[in-house]
Amino acid sequence: MKCKEGTAVLIIRVNDAFCRSCFKEYFIHKFRAMLGKNRVIFPQEKVLLAVSGGTASCSMLSQVQEGLSREAPKKLRFVPGIIYIDDGGACGRSAEERQRSNALLKSIFTETGFTYFIVSLEQVFSLPTSVLVPGTSDPDPSNPSYKQAVDQYIKEKQTLTEENVASAVAQLNIEDSAYSPEHKLALERLFSSMKTLTAKEDMLQTLRQHLILHIARENGYSKVMMGDSCSRLAVKLLSNIALGRGAALASDTGFSDPRYGDVVIVRPMRDYSSKEIAFYSRMFNVPSVFISGLDTKTHDKASIQRLTESFVTNLQFDFPSTVSTIYRTSEKLHTVMPPQSQTAEPASKCLLCLCTLDTKVDKASAFHATLVSEQLSQIKLQDPSLDAPAQSAEQCCTEGQGCGPGGCCSSNRLPSHQDLKTLLCYSCRLTIKDMVATNTLPPYIITEAEKRQKRSQMKMEISEYLLEDDEEDGGTAAL
Amino acid sequence: MPVQCSNCVQRRAVLKRPKTGHSLCKDCFFWAFEEEIHQTIVSAGLFNRGETVAIGASGGKDSTVLAHVMKVLNERYDYGLSLLLLSVDEGITGYRDDSLETVKRNQQQYELPLKIVSYEELYGWTMDAIVKQVGLKNNCTFCGVFRRQALDRGAMMLKVDKICTGHNADDVAETVLMNVLRGDIARLCRCTSISTASDGEGAIPRCKPLKYAYEKEIVLYAYFKKLDYFSTECIYSPNAYRGHARAFLKDLESIRPSSIIDVIHSSETLSIKEGVKMPVQGTCSRCGYISSQALCKSCVLLEGLNRGLPKLGIGKHHRLHGKILAQEPLTEQEEKKLKPVNCNCRL
Repeated sequence: MKCKEGTAVLIIRVNDAFCRSCFKEYFIHKFRAMLGKNRVIFPQEKVLLAVSGGTASCSMLSQVQEGLSREAPKKLRFVPGIIYIDDGGACGRSAEERQRSNALLKSIFTETGFTYFIVSLEQVFSLPTSVLVPGTSDPDPSNPSYKQAVDQYIKEKQTLTEENVASAVAQLNIEDSAYSPEHKLALERLFSSMKTLTAKEDMLQTLRQHLILHIARENGYSKVMMGDSCSRLAVKLLSNIALGRGAALASDTGFSDPRYGDVVIVRPMRDYSSKEIAFYSRMFNVPSVFISGLDTKTHDKASIQRLTESFVTNLQFDFPSTVSTIYRTSEKLHTVMPPQSQTAEPASKCLLCLCTLDTKVDKASAFHATLVSEQLSQIKLQDPSLDAPAQSAEQCCTEGQGCGPGGCCSSNRLPSHQDLKTLLCYSCRLTIKDMVATNTLPPYIITEAEKRQKRSQMKMEISEYLLEDDEEDGGTAAL
Repeated sequence: MPVQCSNCVQRRAVLKRPKTGHSLCKDCFFWAFEEEIHQTIVSAGLFNRGETVAIGASGGKDSTVLAHVMKVLNERYDYGLSLLLLSVDEGITGYRDDSLETVKRNQQQYELPLKIVSYEELYGWTMDAIVKQVGLKNNCTFCGVFRRQALDRGAMMLKVDKICTGHNADDVAETVLMNVLRGDIARLCRCTSISTASDGEGAIPRCKPLKYAYEKEIVLYAYFKKLDYFSTECIYSPNAYRGHARAFLKDLESIRPSSIIDVIHSSETLSIKEGVKMPVQGTCSRCGYISSQALCKSCVLLEGLNRGLPKLGIGKHHRLHGKILAQEPLTEQEEKKLKPVNCNCRL
């Protein structure tokens, strides 16, 4: 249809017929246009590519490879690294299967020549709590705007030699797929304490994000590229609505996700439908590895995510514009960012997903209605925090907040559901509600939760002496 | 071993609440259900003292329960409202005429005055005639648009201050999902408000006191209270797009019962980017009703029906609206686009 001379080999979107070379051109062009239109990737920036082994992320990898190669008319200008997270422990795969898929992926990664990290999900149990604190993203004063940064780079490029670039790429590749057996057990316990598959998938997603974030921060990567396709994102949008994540819809499905502060998540593949990606990887032999996940081979109603996927796919069959309509809808949303103030407490963000908390109980809202129903259906408890596990902890700590970090009761103290709930956004609360034992959560989450609890208790005690921000400003201005 | 009610602990529980999963006895359930609606009304400030409120009554379970609960709460908490029933006759044989009988019985049971307005007298068309012209696919659009205007016109005739409808949590959640699937941003941000905006003349505010009540709980309430209602689906509904959203929602509910409220919560907390084009509210130049275009939707639909071009309101033909307003004849090509598709699938 485009060049009108080659024979068409495939049809996209009902009536666009492409020949092989036009399709390749179209595919590559889309990728670059996506990156170029949203000018978030600066030259010489370190970008981490999150690869899951599936066709979409492997196509993304091959696009990046193509873009960085010499022959490309306009080279892409960033320094890539690859990360793969082996979540076999959560999905119940055996050790040999994991070894096999790790080896396959390793061969794919070494071919590309980029730095790669193969990390197993069990590492989550040795993460520091800094993962849960969003970093600041003060703009580097030397590159204020995209255009200036690009101009500067082009000028500097004259002095850069080939060797410099090559050595920067051949760095230490980390393959950290070894994991200790106690972490493996801990992971299994965590996932078996989740009662529903929906909660399991949600938790897996959260833990994966945290791990990627940690690796990115440790190694100086300021951007992470995820390979979510249009169809995948449409399903994600609908299932997030069903999970109650309306406030974070724009960050979860938009092009760039700034909620972590210093590390920005971008989704350059969001314009590609899964059909296009499948055709491309088939026709141009993109190497990929199929790795079964939590919801492989489950029936339609096993979890909310799985149900949404089958619903959208079926609807797409009857109404071919469904996915693109949902995609358009997601483009029109945005996340309300509260005004950044110097003394903004990190506690105003959800503990697990790091979005702004959306649980301010507005008088006439669905959340308020839920609370009212809970109250009316139960006999009035004296004080909801006086259930058994917290009671012992309370007795232990009533004297002072001065329990040391590794002190008297941190081993006995289980964060009860009630404590955790106040620190979480609406949908993370639902996930935790499905958990039987919250003490199976990785230690970094538990310690961060306790820290925030203590801080909010402290704040409550001294609240009458704290001056609000605007009062302070008003005071100094008057002077 | 019989389970005890989780609220009063004395009586035996007879049902399990779909909303929270607690087991309750009959009286505690009634009390909880009515109390929640009371909380909704009070916290959203839906009514003021001394107002006249019309209850949209179709004879189905939602409006029957709504009428009953409004009467009970009005007396119990002394809202000071005067209530009356308003019903719309769309002219669907085998469905609407039966349900209207139920409404007449309700009128006697609750001792509330009743007014019935019909499509025939307002527009000159019944739904049966419309379906004969339009076919089975897009008729819900006609029915919905006409009914809304019919409710408003009936309310104006009765000089009421507010209208309340029996939309429940499932309805609102379905609407949210449908609007996402259809990409209708404007409706998406409007559909979760519990009452419509009440600016300007001619617009009587409409509210949904049952917005946070699950459909299953409404049925449970009606069942245990032995309320009289009509429970058949509209005969034209199986082909509606809404059916897909409804099936999806029912499946979601079976996986996680709180998803209905979760969907409503998501829609309340999402926000639209600035710079997205939103329709501005104005008035229709022909009938004076509120509208975001030059002609309100029902005038467009009626025009299409009267001229034998039923697809006029379906799909985007805004440029033709100007022509219609000026009473110009349409060209041959434009007429062809708007003629009905020859549908051979008569029931």
